[in-house]
Amino acid sequence: MKGDAEQRSMTDDRPVLRARGLVRAFNGIRAVDAVDLSVSAGEILGVIGPNGAGKSTLFNLLAGELLPTAGTIELLGERVERAPAATRLAQGMGRTFQIPRPFGALSVLENVMLGAQDHAGERVFANWLAPSRVHAAERDAKARAMELLAFMKLAPLAREPARVLSIGQRKLLELARVMMAAPRVVLLDEPMAGVHPVLVETLSERIAALAREGTTFLLVEHQLSLIAAVCQRVLVMAAGRVLVSGSPAAVLADPRVAEAYLGGVTT
Amino acid sequence: MSGALSGWLAYAASFGVLVLVQGVACLGLNLQWGQTGLFNVGVAGLVAVGAYTSAILTSAAVAGHSGGFGLPVVVGCLGAVLVAGAVSGLLGLLTLRLRTDYLAITTFGVAVVIDLLIRNLTGLTGGPLGIGFIPRPFESLGLGADAFRAVSFVWVALVVLLAYLLLERLVASPWGRVLRALREDERAAAALGKSPTRYRLQSFVIGGALMGLAGALQAHTLGFIAPENYSAALTFQVWAMLIIGGSGNNRGALLGSVLVVALWSATGLLAANVLPPDWQARGAALRIVAIGVLLAAAILWRPRGLMGESVTVSRHLDHD
Repeated sequence: MKGDAEQRSMTDDRPVLRARGLVRAFNGIRAVDAVDLSVSAGEILGVIGPNGAGKSTLFNLLAGELLPTAGTIELLGERVERAPAATRLAQGMGRTFQIPRPFGALSVLENVMLGAQDHAGERVFANWLAPSRVHAAERDAKARAMELLAFMKLAPLAREPARVLSIGQRKLLELARVMMAAPRVVLLDEPMAGVHPVLVETLSERIAALAREGTTFLLVEHQLSLIAAVCQRVLVMAAGRVLVSGSPAAVLADPRVAEAYLGGVTT
Repeated sequence: MSGALSGWLAYAASFGVLVLVQGVACLGLNLQWGQTGLFNVGVAGLVAVGAYTSAILTSAAVAGHSGGFGLPVVVGCLGAVLVAGAVSGLLGLLTLRLRTDYLAITTFGVAVVIDLLIRNLTGLTGGPLGIGFIPRPFESLGLGADAFRAVSFVWVALVVLLAYLLLERLVASPWGRVLRALREDERAAAALGKSPTRYRLQSFVIGGALMGLAGALQAHTLGFIAPENYSAALTFQVWAMLIIGGSGNNRGALLGSVLVVALWSATGLLAANVLPPDWQARGAALRIVAIGVLLAAAILWRPRGLMGESVTVSRHLDHD
């Protein structure tokens, strides 16, 4: 199930990630109410909506941090809605956090190397019995991590503890960390929030470049303006439901969207 | 002259054995707390499990007691490591999903249960009297007391060196990196596919096994063990060693052991030689206060301990 470059195909129209009839209720209130969505390979889908629209709940359901009350989630054709968060990445789906969560005391390089999956050196006995295999795995992981750091323009900071990074750099680091696992799809939780405008540009560029290489992105964002340039398709949520879906331009022009934002959540 | 010198050496050897024994327990705690962030306050219980396991496996049979298998010391030590590791594993399976404070309460409770078992399973553990005549390696060579102490130091040092090297190899690795990541931010580590339960359990078991080894080494150097060796004061000492030396750094853990044992011995000598007889009991209590003061000073002025941890975990990234 691991992301395999050769398996990726831009012409593959089957959805990489698909949710059907997704519901999550908290004490009877449906934060996410019968949401359907599907994202295909290399696509960048934006999910936006006013506060309380259910974006975060939807995100947490997809990331495996919440169990759905009803509905299904398919990742590369496999049902995953009951699988714990820690198994998602090995199944091909990575995520970042709204407030980035770097391992502050560890170097930037090792932060990224932690994204590697099925690393021989992460097993106890391999370190005692097969040190040369661990060494080789570690060398490969380091080479890949340095490549990603260079791609994210963080290479000069590789040896620094991650706590020194700015918010924007932390978001780039999180993206590098998750790309280390070569996921097929990445969930981005408000990737632009709190990021310096210069880094917003770097970040959107990098996301677009990764999507051109076949990685699928689903990003949740509060403000449409921040992601209009990056996303091919936008899904607007309000009161737990999908209100509109379409191109950023079409969605921006839709009066229902303006109403949802201006009029607050309609219940 | 040579008598004074050998006396001094013998004292140094006894001191060294004490440092090494507690140092191994401290290395175990460093793996659990320093590397993984698991708050174990049942250290003494696991040391006791190791001590009693090895003592029971290696001692000669005594009428009226079960146990007393008369096995070689090596087997006793390995048994101590396995049994203490297994007890940790069981404890871990039950508690590692709990939050830090609940884990602390549970580990403390387990240490109390172990203490009660040792005091009451008289047929196996000798109860309050403990177990005596535990085999001490090289005792049969008939060396003088001083030479025997030196030889004891050497074999214990070799065992500890082996344990230290195995542990360093394990911790300065991608595995150790995962532990540090889990300690820093469990949710982020889980999002990277690292199973918190799996790695915590591994860390808890290996740390507990080291505490068991400490108990076995103590049993085979002292030659007798009793329940009061494994009171909460031992747990406190091992924690003090780790915090003073530097949590997250194995060399720091050993340095902390040297300092705390030195302070413990020095205040002991001071109390015995300076204080009047009717103050002796109070002097013993003041020794614990002295460690507390050192601990407080370390937390105030060197919160990361004398040796901090490094930014790069994996030894494979060192030379480039």
